[in-house]
Amino acid sequence: MTATARAEPPVPSFLGAMIAVIRKDLRLEWRTREVFTATLVFAALVLLTMNFSFEPGQHAVEDMAAGLLWVAFVFAGMLGFSRSLLAEKEGGCLDALYLSPADPGAIFLGKVASNVIFLAVTEAAVLPLFAVLFNYPLGRAFPGVIVAIGLGSVGFVAAGTLFAAISTQMRVREVMLPLLLLPVSVPVLIASVRVTQTALAGHALSGALAWIGLLVLCDALFLVAGMLLFGYVLED
Amino acid sequence: MSVPGVLGPALRARGLRKSFGARVALDGIDLEVPRGVFLTLVGPNGAGKTTLLKILAGLSRPSAGEVWVLGTDPRREGARLRARMGFISHEPYLYADLSAEENLRFFASLYGLRRAEERIDEVLARVDLASRRGDPVRAFSRGMTQRLAIARALLHDPELLLLDEPTTGLDDRAVGILVDLLGAIHDGARTLVLTTHRLDVGLRIADRVAVLAGGRVVHEADARSVDPSAFAPMYASLCGGVP
Repeated sequence: MTATARAEPPVPSFLGAMIAVIRKDLRLEWRTREVFTATLVFAALVLLTMNFSFEPGQHAVEDMAAGLLWVAFVFAGMLGFSRSLLAEKEGGCLDALYLSPADPGAIFLGKVASNVIFLAVTEAAVLPLFAVLFNYPLGRAFPGVIVAIGLGSVGFVAAGTLFAAISTQMRVREVMLPLLLLPVSVPVLIASVRVTQTALAGHALSGALAWIGLLVLCDALFLVAGMLLFGYVLED
Repeated sequence: MSVPGVLGPALRARGLRKSFGARVALDGIDLEVPRGVFLTLVGPNGAGKTTLLKILAGLSRPSAGEVWVLGTDPRREGARLRARMGFISHEPYLYADLSAEENLRFFASLYGLRRAEERIDEVLARVDLASRRGDPVRAFSRGMTQRLAIARALLHDPELLLLDEPTTGLDDRAVGILVDLLGAIHDGARTLVLTTHRLDVGLRIADRVAVLAGGRVVHEADARSVDPSAFAPMYASLCGGVP
């Protein structure tokens, strides 16, 4: 036997591993369009169903517009997280990611970034659909709505990615994801609806600073918690 | 105690136990594998082979006992140890909708490999898949997928290769190709640990063979000196008549 000491093998940089995961996810999605198709169809169906409950131009729509949008985003998002993590579970790739020397935190952030992109594409398609279905011109509210949706999506996706990774390890994964995710996401969802509501009403976002602060805090909390816990989640 | 200039064993386990609730999967494993050796762990389904390999790879924590991999504690060394280790499972650890080359390029990034393209060319040629590098893995046969899984595991030239039932689902011809490939990989500079319930495969390519039954190593032998026809009945009795 001729086993000898070897040079120290390379370890990937945090950013390098994160970018590799994002590029891989985007390539896979470009090829299959599984996440985008499923989330878009689901979000559109939610809005369409809601549309039957409201007469266009009703005051109720104005009051509930932010909530309607977030109901569509939340259900579409959960479907997307589930699909995105199942793609890793199939073929054992989740184990392969963990067995690599890449920092689990980098892998988590890569998955979060991919899921944010997928959800953002769906949201970009849903917003005009919402405006048409509910006869709700976004007009001047648009930049504020984008900020509100962006801030809310990051925290929701971070929590969703972590809990989707946990639930893919379970037998009743479809049931477990909403059961785990929704209670934890309540602060993010309430704050997101409030900020979106402020923006849709055409008011300056400075009127919702406390909610924006809560969103930023939740985003940071879920991102850091996910980075720290993702390695443990991937273990058997 | 380590002696300067002398490498310790590739793997060492002492009193290794693992329980899942009331079920005991590993019941005090004592095992030592010198560097450069090819060890086959044979045993019936449920003997604890996969559990042992997952603990060695750091995918699972032992309930009790000690384990040292390439001279380090897998729970503490983490990334540095994983960079020196490869793992092949009955699952391919590959993305079916990416091509062979795209899969390898992704894993090369995760291992921080320099000269990744050169290395991808080498491993694809080694597993005889260079001509299929652009094809999606979904289009591969089970045997080709498993060869690509070996290419993925060899990409970073690991010192230790753990193989968990890699012949599962392969026909005899594909098993033959895989065994030849593993024989070629076994160059004395790399330690290999293979789990299988196929005694014929285990004895054919390994230096040493250990029988795992009921969560314990119940027999160890030099595989080269084992007579397969005499070993088979003993193996069956060691496994409680359930080979």
